[in-house]
Amino acid sequence: MSTPATRRPGPAFYALLFALAFMALGPIVLMVSNSLKLNVDITSPTASLLFTPTIRNYETALCNFLPYEPEHISRCDKTFGRALVNSLVISVAATAITLILGCMAAYALVRFRFMGRGVTSLTTLLVRMVPPAVLLVPVFGIWTFQFGIDGTLYGIVLVYVAMNLPFVIWILQSFIVQVPIQLEEAARMDGAGPFRTFFLVVLPLIRPGLAAAAIFTFRIAWNEFLLANALADRSTRTVPVTIVNSLTEYDIDWGVIMATGTLLAIPPILFTLVASRQIITGMTAGAVKG
Amino acid sequence: MLANANRLTPYLFLAPAVAVMAVALLYPIGYMIWASFLDWNPSQRIGEADFVGLRNYVDLLGDAAFRESFWVTIRFAAIVVAFEMVLGVGLALLLDRELRGMTLLRTVFILPMMIAPIVVGLVWRYMYHPTVGTFNRVLDDLGLPSAPWLSDGDWAFASVVIADVWQWTPFIFILSLAALQSLPRSAIEAARIDGATGWQMIRHIKIPLMMPVLIVTALLRMIDAFKVLEVILVLTNGGPGLSTEILALRISRTASEFRELGYAAAMSNLLLILLLVLTLAMFGYTRLTEARTARLARAREIEVG
Repeated sequence: MSTPATRRPGPAFYALLFALAFMALGPIVLMVSNSLKLNVDITSPTASLLFTPTIRNYETALCNFLPYEPEHISRCDKTFGRALVNSLVISVAATAITLILGCMAAYALVRFRFMGRGVTSLTTLLVRMVPPAVLLVPVFGIWTFQFGIDGTLYGIVLVYVAMNLPFVIWILQSFIVQVPIQLEEAARMDGAGPFRTFFLVVLPLIRPGLAAAAIFTFRIAWNEFLLANALADRSTRTVPVTIVNSLTEYDIDWGVIMATGTLLAIPPILFTLVASRQIITGMTAGAVKG
Repeated sequence: MLANANRLTPYLFLAPAVAVMAVALLYPIGYMIWASFLDWNPSQRIGEADFVGLRNYVDLLGDAAFRESFWVTIRFAAIVVAFEMVLGVGLALLLDRELRGMTLLRTVFILPMMIAPIVVGLVWRYMYHPTVGTFNRVLDDLGLPSAPWLSDGDWAFASVVIADVWQWTPFIFILSLAALQSLPRSAIEAARIDGATGWQMIRHIKIPLMMPVLIVTALLRMIDAFKVLEVILVLTNGGPGLSTEILALRISRTASEFRELGYAAAMSNLLLILLLVLTLAMFGYTRLTEARTARLARAREIEVG
């Protein structure tokens, strides 16, 4: 008698494993392969895996970065290239600011007793569930009429930082708790103030937590559509906004859209391949502790 | 806790984050509650909008389209969570082994949740396309008639459910696998010595022990299912008719197409209350199980001691 955990897996096990991996990857592979096809190949009735890959769709999407002028482009549409730069700037800025503010707040909540601690901690937990759709109306109103920062990059960064802070604060708390307090006390004995102790002793020790938090924040900022769509103007549009815009056109250029979709998917895919362990830890911790 | 720190120190650490959340999260929520009592359109400042009291909420009650989209949301959330829980937990029970292949599968499995919902919508929209789409092509190759994936109400609802199940079943799978692998070995060993078969083990030992985590996982997923927007926006934009118009989509359309910000704010408020109830249920449940675990631990200590 043996448990499933110790029994040697049979071929059925591997077949299931393979089928699941195929299902998860299939649509993504389909997008990437279509992005390397000409539209005639995508829409031809005889869909085949055998095709001559072309980078034309990528040249069309990224034409403003090319040092040469491809023959198939009659007029360079800079929309996507500009959006790519905007997306990068917004996501990197939002991630950096969220992490700095988030880790400081998490440290205060873990290591100090003070008035208002309970309220802050509870509010942070509760606002985690606020969806972008709920923020749409008020953020549009406030950003446009009161702050006058609609259509700016930092307006979008501000709302992304606020949206991500609750989660980041929460996840970093669980990492800071594990730092042995003796280290901080020793630093204090050596005359380091609280800020030096925090930045030089605590931060380096919670690097895995920071990495997980950074990936989650970057991903949300990079992928977000609704608020970016409401707040951005022509020059500050992000990639998801341009993709949705080109999907509403009457004649969809599938090749180029699949190329832009692939470009948008590349950073999250890279993060997953490099840091799947941290991502899973982050996800699991989130569920187990609520 | 650190001794002899300046009493102001914690506030200094906390201030920047709290300031940002107050300005860009709490203030907007308060603003929204206020806006839900106004008749307000996007060309006005909020101060110029007319105060209409509870009229937006009264109108919501009589609004057939809103009621429909409310039920679509509930139906969508209930169905996807049910499918994803059964599939995800089932797969975790089937594949509960520590192998190289599993690590790889877990990595591959997170991809659908990591890539942008817009991209997920895009890929599935292509696969559901009436003529060039993958599904109708396969049906055609098999000599079957093509299906109205996104053009018929019921089909469209099923299609968005399928896309969501594709994207989020891995979430349930990974969490239940983690729960499964952290079950106390002693309980499983004891059942094995008593001669429990695989199925008895799952039904009487593993599932009951995993239950607290499974309930929290389901609630977490339910909260997220109420927030789904982009995938459906790209796939059907709520159509055909109202068949896939979930609340988040209705809010965004009310605000941007119908330009009724006060009305959209009232809807947002209801969605927020719904999510708040779910979140509190989750916290309440976590507290309850923690208290029970603590009680059991104490009881055991008393027995032993």
